[in-house]
Amino acid sequence: MSWIVQFITAVRRTASGRIGLYVFAFFGLVAIFGPMLAPYEPFERVYHDGRLVRLASPSAQHWLGTTSLGRDVFSQMLYGARQAMIVGCATAIGVAAIGVNVGLIAGYFGGRIDAVMMRITDIFLGVPFLPFLIVVLAITGRSTTTIIFAMTLIMWRAAARVIRAQVLSIKQMPFVAAARTTGAGDFTVLYREIAPNIMPIALVNVTLAMAWAIITEASIGFLGYGDPSVTSWGSIIHAAYAAQMMYRAPWWVIPPGIAIMVLVSSVYFVGRAYEHVVNPRLAVQ
Amino acid sequence: MQRYILHRTWQMAITLFALMTLMFFLFRLLPGDPTMTVVSSAMDPRAQAAMRAQFGLDRPLLEQYLAYLVSYATFDFGYSFHSSGRVSDMLAGRLVNTLVLILPSMIVAYALGTLIGALLGWYRGRRFEIAAVLLATAVQAAPLFWVGMLAILFFSIHLGWFPPGHIVPPGAFPDPTWRMYLSPEFFHHLALPFVVHTAYQLSYPTLLMRSSMLNTIGEDFVEFARIKGLRERRILFGHAARNSLLPVATTIPMILGWALAGSVVIETVFSWPGLGLLMIEAVQRSDYPVVQATFFLIAILTILGTFAADLLYGVLDPRIVYD
Repeated sequence: MSWIVQFITAVRRTASGRIGLYVFAFFGLVAIFGPMLAPYEPFERVYHDGRLVRLASPSAQHWLGTTSLGRDVFSQMLYGARQAMIVGCATAIGVAAIGVNVGLIAGYFGGRIDAVMMRITDIFLGVPFLPFLIVVLAITGRSTTTIIFAMTLIMWRAAARVIRAQVLSIKQMPFVAAARTTGAGDFTVLYREIAPNIMPIALVNVTLAMAWAIITEASIGFLGYGDPSVTSWGSIIHAAYAAQMMYRAPWWVIPPGIAIMVLVSSVYFVGRAYEHVVNPRLAVQ
Repeated sequence: MQRYILHRTWQMAITLFALMTLMFFLFRLLPGDPTMTVVSSAMDPRAQAAMRAQFGLDRPLLEQYLAYLVSYATFDFGYSFHSSGRVSDMLAGRLVNTLVLILPSMIVAYALGTLIGALLGWYRGRRFEIAAVLLATAVQAAPLFWVGMLAILFFSIHLGWFPPGHIVPPGAFPDPTWRMYLSPEFFHHLALPFVVHTAYQLSYPTLLMRSSMLNTIGEDFVEFARIKGLRERRILFGHAARNSLLPVATTIPMILGWALAGSVVIETVFSWPGLGLLMIEAVQRSDYPVVQATFFLIAILTILGTFAADLLYGVLDPRIVYD
């Protein structure tokens, strides 16, 4: 898996890449360990002296205050981190798996297979994503799996297209012909020779997919169509919106947005730092 | 060029047809019977059957499908479950509201974005360039609904400069006509969502144009222009920027589609009565004819926008050969 090592080394070369990587790793740690360290349950209503602690401003007991139902915002933020990371990584992996393979096969074999695959993707061009997802969630019920599945379904097209273009140009290179002369079969050439060379551009696309997935999942949560059994940053803001308290309880509304912004920024920074290596023209002279 | 237009028109027709078929089956899968708000299970079964026959739900699926295609082709979207009014009457005003917010803001975002992107690419390395890129990335990373809420919190609630939502003060225009769109109240209400949406959409074309500029600047013809002794400004805009526009132009269809689909979000935040908000409200009320019609309209706008943008690209780049 040398391309992972190459990826990390390349990203760490620039300051913004390093910052992005460390911030992302931080969120990863929060996602794994946060819920264990959370002072309260995300849906737990906190009572003090028998009274519900509603809409409390940030204090020592509640670092980010409480919601209108007496839930601790800080704990919700920690659980939300896990949801954001799960959704982001799952979509990224899905997009990478499907997009890379479709791109490789369509680009290498060309002809009929290529045309069919590209036509399939084009049919979905006219479908507006958020409205479509809302209707699907109304049909199948709101679950994280459906959301991840739908997002992967939309995002893999862009990745496949980019990779296919790359394969088309790599296909012509001498080393591919050399591999074939030594008797390598089609799939060996595809996965041993060509694939490692498209990994960089695939990785850039994967970071974009992850960033988009996190924001879209937050938007769905904000609109009220997130998974009701989990806390996500988007659903925290939705709860504030539904309670019409978003302009009176800034501690409730501001932290989730900052968290989303910081996490997604870190992903963008990592992607751009890596892109500088992939595309020499963008490199700092 | 004519071949390109013909091909794209044909492609558009196919996409439209596939979309309508997809929608037909999708909306049949929604929970509940289409007549559930009209027919109560407490009614006599014969009365229920009679009502269903009246709505044509006992006909074979193919017949229902064809009837659906014909009525949608004539913009007859049926009747709302909620208000029993004609859906097409409800949609007209909402459609205009969405377009009047999204379209101008996309135009401004792309115009401004390419300009700023060109400058950033040209003056790469300067401090303002680095700061601007960081800012653009941060804006792109922030969720639109959150930025909108912060804008309302600061500019509306805190400073009181702008109203916190809606298109006009409630009750100001009981019978909205086109005059509403020229009134000062309308512009006062439009200001905040317009600025927020434009600022949000600005970052993508800016960053893209900057990347494209960085690629173009390395080209020989730019160097040659310098050797010729042309003024800096002329090279920047007349040669480098002009040739960097193409990759940015190819993204217009995609981004326009996203903006129209994302109208749901900004309209919810600002209570802006557009198609997106109507769809959300209709889903909540299980008002399926309205949901179907608004979904259809948003999709049509997306497809038309994509088509128009592709034509624009064909004009910009004479080399184009459709693949």
